[in-house]
Amino acid sequence: MRRMHMHLATIGVVACTMLGCEREDRRLNEPPPKPPVAFVAQVPLQPGPTLVTDTAEGPFDDNAFGTAEGQQLFEQMNCSGCHSNGGGGMGPPLMDDEWIYGSLPNQVFASIAEGRTNGMPSWKYKLTNQQMWQLVAYVRSLSGLTPKGPRPAREDHMMVKPAPNQTPNAKPKNTGLPGASQLP
Amino acid sequence: MFSPASPQAQSIARLWWWMCGVGGLIWLAVIAVMFYTVRSARGRRGPDDLQHVATPTHKRLERIVAGAVFGTILVLVGFLIYDFGVGRALAQHPSRALTIELIGHQWWWEVQYDDPDPSKRLVTANEIHIPTGQPVQFKLSSTDVIHSFWVPNLNGKRDLIPGYTSSHWITADTPGVYRGQCAEFCGLQHAKMALDIIAEPPDQFRAWMARSSQPNTPPVDSVALSGQRVFLTAGCSTCHTIGGTAAQATVGPSLTHLKSRPWIAAGTLRNTRANLEGWIVNPQAFKPGTHMPSIPFQPRELTALLAYLETLK
Repeated sequence: MRRMHMHLATIGVVACTMLGCEREDRRLNEPPPKPPVAFVAQVPLQPGPTLVTDTAEGPFDDNAFGTAEGQQLFEQMNCSGCHSNGGGGMGPPLMDDEWIYGSLPNQVFASIAEGRTNGMPSWKYKLTNQQMWQLVAYVRSLSGLTPKGPRPAREDHMMVKPAPNQTPNAKPKNTGLPGASQLP
Repeated sequence: MFSPASPQAQSIARLWWWMCGVGGLIWLAVIAVMFYTVRSARGRRGPDDLQHVATPTHKRLERIVAGAVFGTILVLVGFLIYDFGVGRALAQHPSRALTIELIGHQWWWEVQYDDPDPSKRLVTANEIHIPTGQPVQFKLSSTDVIHSFWVPNLNGKRDLIPGYTSSHWITADTPGVYRGQCAEFCGLQHAKMALDIIAEPPDQFRAWMARSSQPNTPPVDSVALSGQRVFLTAGCSTCHTIGGTAAQATVGPSLTHLKSRPWIAAGTLRNTRANLEGWIVNPQAFKPGTHMPSIPFQPRELTALLAYLETLK
């Protein structure tokens, strides 16, 4: 009887460890995600903050592999040249809770794809949609806007904050600064 | 490893054969002694059905065990000294050597020929031309994870570690093409991260060097010209370099003189037009996990792009 209990316990432990085997799909051979079809409003013709209306999730928000790819692209495409590992320099910081052009996936995508005034270049013809969506997932993970599990656990650079997976969860806010388009 | 083509590989192979030979002899001796014991012990069974060792053989047994222990220590110390000598010989750096920087990427090799004049640095990928009979020093580093540089015919392995430059050197004696392979698991496509070392006589090497340092001749044909436009505007130039054009990015392998290389995708595919087309259309089909994205091209654009890439001789 005791032997059988031991066996059952062993099987249980092995089964539990096997749960960890399939963390997520690598999503290597799927049709690339599309850019947002709907018109994405960033700077509304109204006073006050931007209202959160479109809450569609980014295709890689819950995918650790996609977020890690975005992290790699962030460095390879020299985003740090202006945004300095997310802390901000010539460009605005990306790890705080202020979003000039909105923090929703579609809005961040539009900022990357179309570029913004005062220096943000357009990446539409430089990167594929898939890569831009991966960047969206990484950029949003910096301030805790994506689910905690898939966020990167390691940063290879000096950071003023702990790694994204230790950042507390945040919710997209009704942000947007007055006179947003004039800010750097 | 068994057909060494450099003094370094030769000394490693010699050490290996010695170890194999001595180890084999010891194994044979052990097996022989075992058979001898089994045979000679037969039929001496006590009344309680257990093997009994007569008292006089106890002394003999002690002597045998002591002898075996002493012999083992002797062989191990002998090999330790020999191995130490080989290690020292491999670590000695020649004073004047051609220096090549080898940078590991997921999953390809970046090759830079050192030159005091930075504008004369030659950058290529996945194939290393070296002159025969001349020591070549490799400075190894990595941009992402730990890789390992291993060309079995020429020398042992050496790791490429991010943030740290390690050094390795080889002297190829015989001209030839030697296949190398990443020898440290580095992710999904670790198996498809190969490189070729092409050892050629010094004058041929200098000719290759001179040819490769020149930018490509600009395309004249109109299809190839529009292909160049595709390359520069569709996103290829975001990652790749083609010497003599505006494409100067260093994320992916340099494509200057692409068609002079025998392989594409780090030893994965033969460098034919059909393979190149397949690779551009769907890289994930050949190397799942590769960082090369698939750009949705119109058929016309793809044909033009391939025509342009064909001109990169």
